[in-house]
Amino acid sequence: MSSEELDIKPEELLDFDYDPPQKDWMDPSVAFRKGTYCYSAAPKNLEYLGLPNPRDWQPHDKDWKLPPDWKETILDGMKDRLSKFRSFQLFMDICVRCGACADKCHFFIGSGDPKNMPVLRAELMRSVYRNDFTAAGKILGKLAGGRELTEEVLKEWFYYFYQCTECRRCSVFCPYGIDTAEITMMARELLNLVGCNINWALEPVANCQRTGNHLGIQPHTFKDSLEFFQDEIEDITGIKVNLPINKKGADVLFVVPSGDYFADPGTFTLMGYLMLFHEIGLDYTWSTYASEGGNFGLFNSHELIKRLNAKIYLEAKRLGVKWILGGECGHMWRVVNQYMDTMNGPADFLEEPVSPITGTKFENAKSTKMVHICEFTADLMQHNKLKLDPSRNDSLRVTFHDSCNPSRAMGILEEPRYVLRNVCKHFYEMPENTIREQTYCCAGGAGLGTDENMEMRMRGGLPRGNAVRHVQMKHDVNRLACICAIDRATLIPLVDYWAPGVEVTGVHELVGNALVMKGEKERELSMRGDPLNEMEDDEDV
Amino acid sequence: MLRDLLSRKRSSIVEKWFDLLLETYPEDTSKFLRREKDPFANPVRNTILQGIEGLCDEILKEDESPEALNAFLDKIIRIRAVQDFSPSQALAFVFFLKTVIRDVLGKEIRENHLHEPLLLLESRIDEMALRAFDVYMGCREEIYELRVGEVKRQREAAFRMLERSERAAKKRLEKQETSSRDAD
Repeated sequence: MSSEELDIKPEELLDFDYDPPQKDWMDPSVAFRKGTYCYSAAPKNLEYLGLPNPRDWQPHDKDWKLPPDWKETILDGMKDRLSKFRSFQLFMDICVRCGACADKCHFFIGSGDPKNMPVLRAELMRSVYRNDFTAAGKILGKLAGGRELTEEVLKEWFYYFYQCTECRRCSVFCPYGIDTAEITMMARELLNLVGCNINWALEPVANCQRTGNHLGIQPHTFKDSLEFFQDEIEDITGIKVNLPINKKGADVLFVVPSGDYFADPGTFTLMGYLMLFHEIGLDYTWSTYASEGGNFGLFNSHELIKRLNAKIYLEAKRLGVKWILGGECGHMWRVVNQYMDTMNGPADFLEEPVSPITGTKFENAKSTKMVHICEFTADLMQHNKLKLDPSRNDSLRVTFHDSCNPSRAMGILEEPRYVLRNVCKHFYEMPENTIREQTYCCAGGAGLGTDENMEMRMRGGLPRGNAVRHVQMKHDVNRLACICAIDRATLIPLVDYWAPGVEVTGVHELVGNALVMKGEKERELSMRGDPLNEMEDDEDV
Repeated sequence: MLRDLLSRKRSSIVEKWFDLLLETYPEDTSKFLRREKDPFANPVRNTILQGIEGLCDEILKEDESPEALNAFLDKIIRIRAVQDFSPSQALAFVFFLKTVIRDVLGKEIRENHLHEPLLLLESRIDEMALRAFDVYMGCREEIYELRVGEVKRQREAAFRMLERSERAAKKRLEKQETSSRDAD
């Protein structure tokens, strides 16, 4: 072989270009490749909620069947919101594009798509704002960073704003405190005005409006399910736990995400709640009307948030409870902690929450009157009100995924850890920059946790998966605990792909395992119905 | 001889191969992938680099281990299989190694007439590409399985809910029958 022949480079022989095109960010064209976007909302759901432009369409269709005046509708909607929400105006104006948020989004980190940099994602909307609402943009247009709102731009909005899980990790790093999730929320509101919404985010809203929960489960089925879990608990512990439903005059109304009574592993967590409340003799009630803690209104518009959230206070009033306790849910706590009070409050008919068992005043919930289950349980543990046998969780090597909303929107950081350390002996933290306020999202929140979006979810789930894999390799971690029903569904495929062998669990499932109940029979089974001894054997394998 | 040269130049081969791979990303992204070294702030860089280093070490060995090769390929391909690449774009990085070796060792190869060992080495890189294809397909199949798995879990949950209701209805019926018998 001659040296000249050696100069032939193999890639010259290959009939493809491996350099992706370096597009300017102002170019709005997006390719809707299956696996990377969510399907459109079914017209029946829009009709049920009275939302505009119900029709059959899909994002991959060329014609989105937009109303003829769609552009005007969006710009008017933007104008309206700029005047109504000061934060929106501020977030449009004050970003200096310093880039502090740029590499903090799990979708950017995992996908490598620059338009997933929060600053650039927001810029997709800011450019339209500049073009139509600022003097410089009106005169200079593109030179001033302005872009005309075209159908292509609208499609780009749809693609990227339904690719943000509103997890707010980027906001933690913004020196100006811009809440990029709120920019996504505004974009989605505007998209909703012309009927560009996704089914996974909207169907739960329609169901919730109709029957009180995301899945459309009716009151009798709700009751049947809880009774089933009551029987399961009796099989495991020999104790028939109390099951108060719609009980007027109870001290506490308890609200959970419907995922907890619908699907495993949430159901095991629900059994944990039932056992705990029975054991401490809490005077509480479930409700068939407020049978959903989650609020997918948050992923569509403020108007829908308010509509769904109102049910909780209405039911608390109807039942005449003193205060409200909420289960392991993620975005429910963002709604409760940041919006409920101003949207549907003041809840002046309720009392400032006090634990009837320990006398602890939950001063942080003074205004909303709603306490997080982890605060409640941690307080019980701190006052030694529970008898616990953590050795029942000995086969489990646990790490904790801070769910985005309870951690960043509420500051629930220590309580779940305190509970976990009390109920299991093997607890290991993931690296510091992947937990607490800096936690990485499950990539399926904000209505994106649907199967057709799996490839995108795996991109966004990479940073979380990488940290789980790390503790799996280092400490043999086999359980990923979390306090969010969306997490309990979406983390399952995430760990299957990025850290296979790890299972997902709710915190109160482990509480249920460890809780020693008065008069219980010798415990042989875990909440999952696995023999406790066999669980221990697993460890030796 | 070629093996010795490769061993001596290992670090620049790794560096150049990694660099070429990063160039398959948009400019803003490749900048970030180069700059941020924290393995948890930038898992893509860290994992891909581990993969590149591992593959280099395996290819330098006389007998590479198929398991190790697959594991290192998996590190890189598992990521690229879900990113916005066509299959050929996702796997082109394997062939970059040929370019890199020619760039780094071209002079020494010509001077020392190492064309034959080079051909053998390139055949091994081709084999690696075939393996890469299998790994890529494995990852894509996993994605489809995850999707099906999720749908199945939802279906199963709905069936279980139905079962729970049926059980409850049966219990209610039994209770009614008992109480009406007692009344008789």
